[in-house]
Amino acid sequence: MTARTIAAALAAWAALLLSVTRPGELVAQNLAIVGATVYPVSGPSIEGATVLVRDGLISAVGTDVPVPADDFAVFDARGKVVTPGFFDAGTQIGLVEIGLESTTVDSRVEGDPVSAAFDVVDGFNPNSTLIPINRLGGVTTTAALPTGGLIAGQGAVIDLTGETVEAMLVKPRAAMAASFGPGAAAATGGARGAASLRLREVLEDALYWASHREAYDRGDVRPLSVSRLDLEALQPVLAGEIPLVVQVDRASDILVVLRIAEEYGVRPVIRRGTEAWMVAEQLAERNVPVIVKPLTSLPDGFDRLGARFDNASILHEAGVAVAVSSFQSHRAHNIGLEAGNAIRFGLPWEAALRAVTLTPAEIYGVANRYGSIEAGKVGNLVVWSGDPFELSSRAEVVIIRGVRVPRESRQLELLERYRTLDGGPPAYRGDGDRASGGS
Amino acid sequence: MTGRRRPFRASAMAAVAVASLLGLGPGASPVAAYVPQDAAGTSTAASAGEIADLLHGQRNGAWKSTYRPLASRPTLIRGATIMTAAGEEIEGGDLFMRGGRIVEVGRNLDVPAGTEVIDGSGRFVTPGIIDTHSHLGVSPSPSISSTSDTNESTDPNTAEVWAMHSVWPQDPGFTRALAAGVTTLQILPGSANLIGGRGITLKTVPGRTVQEMMFPDAPMALKMACGENPKRVYGRGRQRSPRTRMGNMAGYREAFIEAERYLRKWDAWIEGGMTGDAGDAEDAGDAEDIGDTGYAGDARDSKGPPVRDLAKETLAEVLRGNIFVHNHCYRADEMAQMLDLAREFGFRIRSFHHAIEAYKLRDLLARDTVAASMWVDWWGFKLEAYDAVPQNIALVSEAGAPAILHTDSDMGIQVMNQDAARAMYAGRAAGIDVGRDEALRWITANPAWALGLDDRVGTLQPGKNADLVIWSGDPFSVYSRADQVFIDGALIYDRSRSDVQPTTDFELGILPSSGGGGDR
Repeated sequence: MTARTIAAALAAWAALLLSVTRPGELVAQNLAIVGATVYPVSGPSIEGATVLVRDGLISAVGTDVPVPADDFAVFDARGKVVTPGFFDAGTQIGLVEIGLESTTVDSRVEGDPVSAAFDVVDGFNPNSTLIPINRLGGVTTTAALPTGGLIAGQGAVIDLTGETVEAMLVKPRAAMAASFGPGAAAATGGARGAASLRLREVLEDALYWASHREAYDRGDVRPLSVSRLDLEALQPVLAGEIPLVVQVDRASDILVVLRIAEEYGVRPVIRRGTEAWMVAEQLAERNVPVIVKPLTSLPDGFDRLGARFDNASILHEAGVAVAVSSFQSHRAHNIGLEAGNAIRFGLPWEAALRAVTLTPAEIYGVANRYGSIEAGKVGNLVVWSGDPFELSSRAEVVIIRGVRVPRESRQLELLERYRTLDGGPPAYRGDGDRASGGS
Repeated sequence: MTGRRRPFRASAMAAVAVASLLGLGPGASPVAAYVPQDAAGTSTAASAGEIADLLHGQRNGAWKSTYRPLASRPTLIRGATIMTAAGEEIEGGDLFMRGGRIVEVGRNLDVPAGTEVIDGSGRFVTPGIIDTHSHLGVSPSPSISSTSDTNESTDPNTAEVWAMHSVWPQDPGFTRALAAGVTTLQILPGSANLIGGRGITLKTVPGRTVQEMMFPDAPMALKMACGENPKRVYGRGRQRSPRTRMGNMAGYREAFIEAERYLRKWDAWIEGGMTGDAGDAEDAGDAEDIGDTGYAGDARDSKGPPVRDLAKETLAEVLRGNIFVHNHCYRADEMAQMLDLAREFGFRIRSFHHAIEAYKLRDLLARDTVAASMWVDWWGFKLEAYDAVPQNIALVSEAGAPAILHTDSDMGIQVMNQDAARAMYAGRAAGIDVGRDEALRWITANPAWALGLDDRVGTLQPGKNADLVIWSGDPFSVYSRADQVFIDGALIYDRSRSDVQPTTDFELGILPSSGGGGDR
């Protein structure tokens, strides 16, 4: 996405906000968060700092920032902690509502192990109940990734606010999702060598197609293994413009991914990487980031025998860029829990914070606008009651694009309805104030 | 409620009857006229205990625990924060254990010379954590088809199968659970079937055999399942009953009607002095019921006990109250239906599991003292899990019903202290007054009750088994770790000592040498 299209999208989004405002939702306004301990991520923490958000963007941060006299809503955050909104580097939020109900699942294409052209955006459901639940837990941004097969398709970076997917998009087609290992092998003939062969064939065909487009359109080319749409979708991957995010666990499988990526000039990102710690040096040498799930400790597959809690810590120490993901969609807000557990097993606190903010933004090429608290960046912020990774803390105020998200979710409505069982059937009490529960 | 089994329903009467047969007075060891034979064909007299074993499916003492506690020394933990799960949190507290039991909890305890002393300053002590719902050993790591031994999904009623017969003691999950402070766990069959079979309670001790891991004299469980899973597996998957929730209910009821008949047959035989012909009038002419040569000789001409039926035997023990019902059931309306089922057949449901909607029905759970085993925040993986709220556990607890945090997960079982904390803080954030001791009971005392072991484990009180965890800090912090774990007074896990960290056969030599040690 170019700077111009980003600006256009933001303008469209701002216009939408001005025209449609629901009760209980704060209008896009200018915010001053005053007195908190601010963790900008891009720099050292600042005690008693002020963060200003103007027109959806962070306009200032520091201790010597005066609050403009007018048109700023002031939020007293003394004793609180402010971080960038959490950015989960891979979920299916908006692509799945009920896991076992296939009519609500739009994250994967069945049948063909290569579906590079598949784009999650058209299946994205902006009214998913997962969105309010997760953002109230501090997740403001996610990469919505397709799953399954060998090449699953194109993921998009999404802010968890907005009434249409267009309004929510941060960056469409931000990454190509793939996998390598037993799943991909099973989908391509039952052997890892078959999966790597297929991957190389597809990349070869995409390169060939790029230099034979006119001949292709004339029908004057050799047979190609995938459709024109797939071949076209792979061009930004081959150009190194977007990463190939590969879910892969076994150390030797990770090395195969690195090898193929080098052969074709592809920029790989390792996702899950259960045994990544075993090849930490190779990953560091090639500047390949790893998206980990810290709560992983079991050899629950023969490609995951090296599972260990301190994977993130070992990778970080070796100099690998580590992102932490929840690997959940319904409970992506547990990304902080995952990061906290990475700290428990040795990851430095600051590295854990970076792993859920700036590093994911870098992976998806949006770090110029996301992932840290700096003037000019998008106003995605969370005010925490304490240490954001501690179990006792909660996200008290969540701000996305400069707007405080309302304390509303399906869970809060259920809680409110059943908070007491006195007074007759809960469904018929006339819940006059039903959205206020839990706040 | 003790964990000891009642021998059978008419226990007192039958014991007298048996004793009177031999001319013994009350109080004398009752010896049955019924004479089972051992493998060599030698006749042995049967005690009431042996009859109870027979009825329970543990004939001749088979299928019992062979667990022996590891060696322990008298040990004092000094100056720790002792979280008892019995109402107290003692700062700067001491705990003294000896002979596998907790002897004393308090401050500035005097202990005998030669007592091992552990410095507890800055650290926290809790009871060993207990999970009512695990599939470790039956769905072990590595999770592959050859290790998948949880669901005997061949019939909606497989009351005849026992989870203990599927447990693989080399599941690395057991060692991970231990390292996370879990000392007792119930292994259940899966939820594909209406009646899935018997569950078994284990200790997280290393064993070559499941018998070496079994919690001695723990009641077995019956796993039952409501809702979507049996419908999906049989109705949609196999085009057979149950296809609907009403089909589910018919399946349970038919099974228990059969079990009642079976129970009556055995009761009649016992109350008839265990010498008469098997069965009652309704079984007249049912020759195959007495023609089995299993252990009573040729019943056709010598008369003998009813023929055993493994499925009905399990359900009969449920009706006698010797096997506890653990019921996978998400929705409030279905839990209410199951309470009616239990009422119809006169048994108790000990705990609902995965009780996503327990909060909607918490008054009824409190009224009937039925526990709810719950997650803190799992939801949405299927429709019956759509109405989850993270305050579920706190609301059930507030209502006075036994609230339990369970896992059903080989990863979840490694963070039960964290999940209890999150459920506590979620409750507090919604204005529900949840205390720390109360939250700790969700993973200790309450599951101990649900497993029928509350007389032995679940709290730090004198006389209880010395199953406990020393944490590096507050167990309700994400940063705290289990430093040491004791089971029956024996140090079985020590984070700082690789020689006190059990490892399974499976993991030996499976990775390059760098694989050993570390935070596995």
